[in-house]
Amino acid sequence: DGTSCVSVCARCLAKSDGVISIQDNRISIWSVGDLGNVGLNGEYQGEPQLLCDIRHNGDVMDMQFLDQERIVVASSTGNVTIFRHHQNNQTLSANQRWEKAHYHVDRDASCGGAACTGVICSNPEIVTVGEDGRINLFRADQKDAVRTIDNADSSTLHAVTFLRTTEILTVNSIGQLKIWDLRQQRNEPSQIFSLTGDRVPLHCVDRHPNQQHIVATGGQDGMLSIWDIRQGTMPVSLLNAHEAEMWEVHFHPSNPDHLFTCSEDGSLWHWDTSTSVSEKPSFLHQGGRSTTYFSHNTINQSVVSAWLSNDPTKDRMEITNLIPNQTLSVNSLDILGPCLVYGTDAEAIYVNRHLFA
Amino acid sequence: RARPDPRSSCVFVVRKDQDIYIQTLRKLFNESHGIFIGLQRSEEEFAGKSRKTQLVQVSKNYRSVIRACMEDMHQAAVSARDPALHSQYSTQVSILSAMELIWNLCEILFVEAAVAGPLLLRLLDWVRLHVCDVDNMVREVLSSENPSKHELFWNVVDVFVLQGRMDEARHLLSKEASANPTSVNMCRILDDLMKKMPVPSLGNTQTLTEMELKWQHWHEECQRYLQDGTFASNSHMESICKILLGDENAILEKKELMTTWYHFLVTRLLYSHPTVKPMELRFYAQSSMDLFLGGESSPEPLDTILMAAFEFELHQVIKECSIALSNWWFVAHLTDLLDHCKLLQSHNLYFGSNMREFLLLEYASGLFSHYSLWQLGVDYFDHCPEYGRVYLELHIERIPLNTEQKALKVLRICEQRQMHEQVRSICKIMAMKALRNNRLGSALSWSIRAKDAAFATLISDRFLKDYCEKGCFSDLDLIDNLGPSMLLSDRLTFLGKYREFHRLYGEKRFSEAAKLLLMLMTAHIAPCSFWMTLLTDALPLLEQKEVIFSAEQTYELMRCLEDLTAGKSDKQKFQDDDVETMKVEMLRLALARNLARVIVKEGTLEGS
Repeated sequence: DGTSCVSVCARCLAKSDGVISIQDNRISIWSVGDLGNVGLNGEYQGEPQLLCDIRHNGDVMDMQFLDQERIVVASSTGNVTIFRHHQNNQTLSANQRWEKAHYHVDRDASCGGAACTGVICSNPEIVTVGEDGRINLFRADQKDAVRTIDNADSSTLHAVTFLRTTEILTVNSIGQLKIWDLRQQRNEPSQIFSLTGDRVPLHCVDRHPNQQHIVATGGQDGMLSIWDIRQGTMPVSLLNAHEAEMWEVHFHPSNPDHLFTCSEDGSLWHWDTSTSVSEKPSFLHQGGRSTTYFSHNTINQSVVSAWLSNDPTKDRMEITNLIPNQTLSVNSLDILGPCLVYGTDAEAIYVNRHLFA
Repeated sequence: RARPDPRSSCVFVVRKDQDIYIQTLRKLFNESHGIFIGLQRSEEEFAGKSRKTQLVQVSKNYRSVIRACMEDMHQAAVSARDPALHSQYSTQVSILSAMELIWNLCEILFVEAAVAGPLLLRLLDWVRLHVCDVDNMVREVLSSENPSKHELFWNVVDVFVLQGRMDEARHLLSKEASANPTSVNMCRILDDLMKKMPVPSLGNTQTLTEMELKWQHWHEECQRYLQDGTFASNSHMESICKILLGDENAILEKKELMTTWYHFLVTRLLYSHPTVKPMELRFYAQSSMDLFLGGESSPEPLDTILMAAFEFELHQVIKECSIALSNWWFVAHLTDLLDHCKLLQSHNLYFGSNMREFLLLEYASGLFSHYSLWQLGVDYFDHCPEYGRVYLELHIERIPLNTEQKALKVLRICEQRQMHEQVRSICKIMAMKALRNNRLGSALSWSIRAKDAAFATLISDRFLKDYCEKGCFSDLDLIDNLGPSMLLSDRLTFLGKYREFHRLYGEKRFSEAAKLLLMLMTAHIAPCSFWMTLLTDALPLLEQKEVIFSAEQTYELMRCLEDLTAGKSDKQKFQDDDVETMKVEMLRLALARNLARVIVKEGTLEGS
């Protein structure tokens, strides 16, 4: 509902109305102008301009840029489509489609499709997961799936991301984080991690850009979990965050001391472990809540990353809510450089181009 | 609204509200939702004047949203290639324009409640903003090389005068003066009159009485010039002078330049009664409309609505708007705003709720038929104290849930409002769907969310059934990782423990496995129907070379077996097929043998 996915690629944003309907779902490309262009007061220069859009069948559940021109879109009908953005005449066209990549039981039944809930790309490979518990590995320009793991999970897979070039991470609705090695032929995960306590469904997952053993997941209860996948089967930290489902979690790609989460409760939080409290001037805490939190960690290790550190004097985290008047759910966010984009259920997208100002 | 006559047999063609599906109107709904919520949340922190300023700002926000929507709609109309679509968009533009016109008037009269003096100024602004049929003509004349020679020159001057735009009128007059030396004197005098015309001030620089006095003097001066025949040689300027004097006939002659009766009304007031009080408007309004229409045409719906506003008949305004407009957006939001201004008496409608709530309920219900705008509807229901909750409960269960994500959003809304019935119902629906698609893990996840023990039992039975049929467990990743959710239902606990038994057996930890197996039966965790299977599972343990079950345990097992067989009636025993009886026989034999071995073993003294 509303705006369900945003994905940032350099100058353009792709936004979609993730509405459930036979009628009017669209993928839209917007231009937010030069990322480096700042006005006199540091204010953003004008509103995003709609460049082009195209009808989409079914809700858009997830999407990602495959390269500068192509976007992979996951649909609630179970289809996975690659759209190409033609920059010369500003149009979008459907380039390739895998019909019913995800389906329940009877693929040929009219209602047989199952929602494809997550997609991740590493050109030319595309991995998708869905409500049917299936994992597909596609290659752009190849008609058939390279590999399909049927019944990989007995519950719904909510999100997928790459751990390494041949390994992926998935999260499901019974609170499990699984590692799959795509080189191996067996249809079993190589490792399973689960939350302590109640098996709260996990909705999103992201891996630290530089330190590949650090993984963050977000749950249905709004809790942020940090995992060290080299050791143990339980999370390293559990951080009480949102009051409702956490839909997306992202490490900042070039500044990974910063983490962003968005939620059904209408808030978008910026988690900052970059400096200790004494260094950071307090007037930079703008709006929203600002709390500090210690991470729990009983595992003895000498890791550099602040996400896993257990030194009480050092690991103070600044958490800021970036939305002053929250109303409806923030469904999706993405970040690139100083630019943050997010979409809400009020059918609006917001662009913040001075994240670290 | 007519109610169907139960005695008549009719077929009613029902159609969904089309408006909510128009793409450009969605922006209107979404943004006005934000303004609405902001208004509800802004409790009366301020009182008196600052509250009024706040409410006026809210009103202006609504209007700017309407205007933005109008712009988009206009763009869409211009770029639409399909003539039907073009006409639909154009109609929408006029409707939106009318809505803004009405809203603006209501803002002046009710929200701001402009008093005598500023009232006129506001009305002038209102007219200038909305009567734009003459804009093209004005542009044409102003941009021509020699405006004073243009054939429509005097029309434009008249327009400015009629709208009280004195500076612009004077500017054009100066062009006439420089182009036409013979009229320089007349132009100078007229210019002077226009410059000196007293207007009400917005601030407190003068009282009404002062203003009236000045105006009286000015009026007399104009009168003298007219009677002296100063403008006799130029009919245009003479007619302008007459207009300045508020001569109704002179003003009426310029009907085409005013295009509407309410323009006529405001011009009349400007030149005959600039300090008009709000309550006096009704008389002028009625007579203006009569004079302007002159019996030739009858009032349109828009005219009736505006008239009701000038008469300060709020309920009439709302009623007429409800009839004239095709969806509830306008009346719902306007009424809510007026309610916040404390202008609506809370006289109850016949079924008990008040007008504001009734309209909001209607509007929100309309939103629920839309595939994505229903989320806005939730917030509107939240702010209807009487029936909002009931409406929400009924509507929320009927939202189609075709993805899990949508179901989760609906669930979250229900949980936040303690709508437990709906939570249970939705979780059950989703769990059933998952079960039918063989997604047992998903089904379990939904049961856990609803804390639905009965359903968890159902799922466990499914697993156990699969096991009995296939001889192995499906979805081990689920069963092995149940965690505390195992305790949701006894059957689920049994499933988890039973799987644990198999695991222990697989790891050759036989005595632990044996203990667990026995415990499953003696602690009544296992359902009776499964005991036979459990006992059969005990067979390989009994047949091991090493004695596993102690004497105590063997007695327990025997007791279980006897309980099981004794429970069957003779008839059932008769119907048991050979396999069943053979199983029982084998068990009895194995148990007896084990007992023998274990008695000997336990009775034997360990060698030192």
